[in-house]
Amino acid sequence: MDEQLLEVQDLEVAFATEDGLVRAVSGVSFTVSRGEVVAIVGESGSGKSVTVMTLMGLTRSPNSRFAGTARLRGEDLVSASEEQLEDIRGKEIAMIFQDPISSLSPVQRVGAQIVEQIRAHENISKAAALDRAIELMGRVGIPNARERARAYPHEFSGGMRQRVMIAMALSLSPSVLIADEPTTALDVTIQAQILDEIRQLSAESDAGVIFVTHDLGVVADIADRVLVMYAGRLVEQGTVDEIFYDPQHPYTWGLLGSVTRVDRDPPRRLPAIPGQPPSLVATPEGCAFRPRCPHAFDRCRELPPLAPRLAEAPGHLDRCWLAPSDKRARREVAGRIGLSEEAAAS
Amino acid sequence: MSRFIARRAFSAILLLFATSVVVFGIFEVIPSYNPARAIAGRNATPTTVAQVSEKFGFDKPIYVQYGNTMKLIFTGQIIDYSDNLNVVQQFGQRFPVTASLVVPAAILWMVVAIVLGSLSALRPGRLMDRGLMVAAIVGVSIPVFLLAAVLLYLFAFKLPWFPNTGYTQFGSNPAQWAYHLILPWIAIAALSIGFYSRVLRSSALDVANQDFVRTARAKGLSERQVFVRHVLRNSLMPIVTLFGLDFAALLGGAALVTETVFNLPGIGQYEAQAIGNLDVPPIMVGAMFTAFFVVLFSALSDVVYALLDPRIRLTG
Repeated sequence: MDEQLLEVQDLEVAFATEDGLVRAVSGVSFTVSRGEVVAIVGESGSGKSVTVMTLMGLTRSPNSRFAGTARLRGEDLVSASEEQLEDIRGKEIAMIFQDPISSLSPVQRVGAQIVEQIRAHENISKAAALDRAIELMGRVGIPNARERARAYPHEFSGGMRQRVMIAMALSLSPSVLIADEPTTALDVTIQAQILDEIRQLSAESDAGVIFVTHDLGVVADIADRVLVMYAGRLVEQGTVDEIFYDPQHPYTWGLLGSVTRVDRDPPRRLPAIPGQPPSLVATPEGCAFRPRCPHAFDRCRELPPLAPRLAEAPGHLDRCWLAPSDKRARREVAGRIGLSEEAAAS
Repeated sequence: MSRFIARRAFSAILLLFATSVVVFGIFEVIPSYNPARAIAGRNATPTTVAQVSEKFGFDKPIYVQYGNTMKLIFTGQIIDYSDNLNVVQQFGQRFPVTASLVVPAAILWMVVAIVLGSLSALRPGRLMDRGLMVAAIVGVSIPVFLLAAVLLYLFAFKLPWFPNTGYTQFGSNPAQWAYHLILPWIAIAALSIGFYSRVLRSSALDVANQDFVRTARAKGLSERQVFVRHVLRNSLMPIVTLFGLDFAALLGGAALVTETVFNLPGIGQYEAQAIGNLDVPPIMVGAMFTAFFVVLFSALSDVVYALLDPRIRLTG
């Protein structure tokens, strides 16, 4: 089994606000091993970004509260001091953000930004760092790298900017790479290229990748394992095949059901999960998905633990009280996986 | 760049023209304005007044008067009505004094404002931040004559730490030059420090929330590096623009109250006297002088802006 790089246990992140304590992340646990791509999926507000940003210590503020641990090669990131984190960020664990135009400094040349990343952790000359930066830019597919290193971010197209971010993130060969919706701001053709880039480079460097996205197509393309988050909790976890072919949680069925399929006629209305995600301040007791779930029953008032419920798939965990046989029956809607008849609407 | 300069030079000419016309026009409208009378003196007879009027051309149509005045200004021959001094020469002599007052005060206030504004932005809501807010309100509200007078009273009279008034040339005795100017420098700087530091503070807090600052932190840079290299550099734009205008106005003599209170023979003092006497020539020259600096410094601050932010292309 590959070396386990990151072990997150019962991570909780909450923010004290005027309206009360917002529980952005409640009891999330997962691991990331060398060379694997773990996708975290969920809608906006599910807690996926907060989870990964907490790994980098970027959610720390006077009103944030943390519990649980996140051990990177044994060292806990949640309780680490700022100095320790400054050492780790960029070097052991690096992040690519969603919108490269706002995530790169507008007043600094692109090469200089990569140089800054390198020299933040390595004591080498600017010239040597620049050479490395240029080489990295070449490797991520930026043509004329030496010239382009002197350009500013606004002089690049979206895809090229994201490649710069990737080059910067991988410049010190981190063990874990976090990609927070790196392709959301790009058009689909560029998206495919960037995904290839990420996949190839992380395979070369043998890093563990955490890929945050709301796009199941991307998940199918790139992930080895998938974590499904809802209202700050992990509701399902498994390999990509398990999640796509044998999903165990109604929310996952809803997600899969809302993807329009190329092999069918387009629906009159796009299928959607009816309702809204719950408030994270006053989380209802029991299963958070209950108000929107057509399969809910009285047991659902009790929060289901995240546990494996299929003997043949011990790594496949979910939070649903329904019996597995029941699940297989209920998730077949109009000949495909979906949440309910009305959600399918085709 | 040359197009930029050409366009700015052209707008300078237009502005100077407009300024001169407006100032000249104002005096035509003032009811009690009678320059011939003022020049001739209190006890002058009507004949004398008429003679003065003819000599100075006050009986000619206004546009002729305007033309004459402009000609005199640009040939450097214009005389003021109160003391018969050559206005342009006076400006030339007095400018170093004003510059000695304004330039070091400006450096002082900018440095202090950047430091205090940064410290406030780093710890918003804390004591330093709130203290600065009070200082800013005081600085904006307090009339400069009051501040200057209080400083003079406390530190030159009550506690004889500083000399009363007057100006020593830099060439003759640099130490004395500075010694005489310290209180005036404080008077000028005190007014602007509060305001500029608050502007920097809000600008820095805005920038600090931007995504690229998060990226800088994610690279493993220390908070100090993140602040200085990323936040501060991107927050300077507003104060650069404000400074250009403030500095230009001060060089043109806007510190007239300070110069008067501390008896510094600068341009402001000259202009203040001229205003009191309704003496048109120095006022005209002063207004145009200031207008010139305003155009110059707003062009310079645009250039600095473009240097700070590569996304900006210089336009006319």
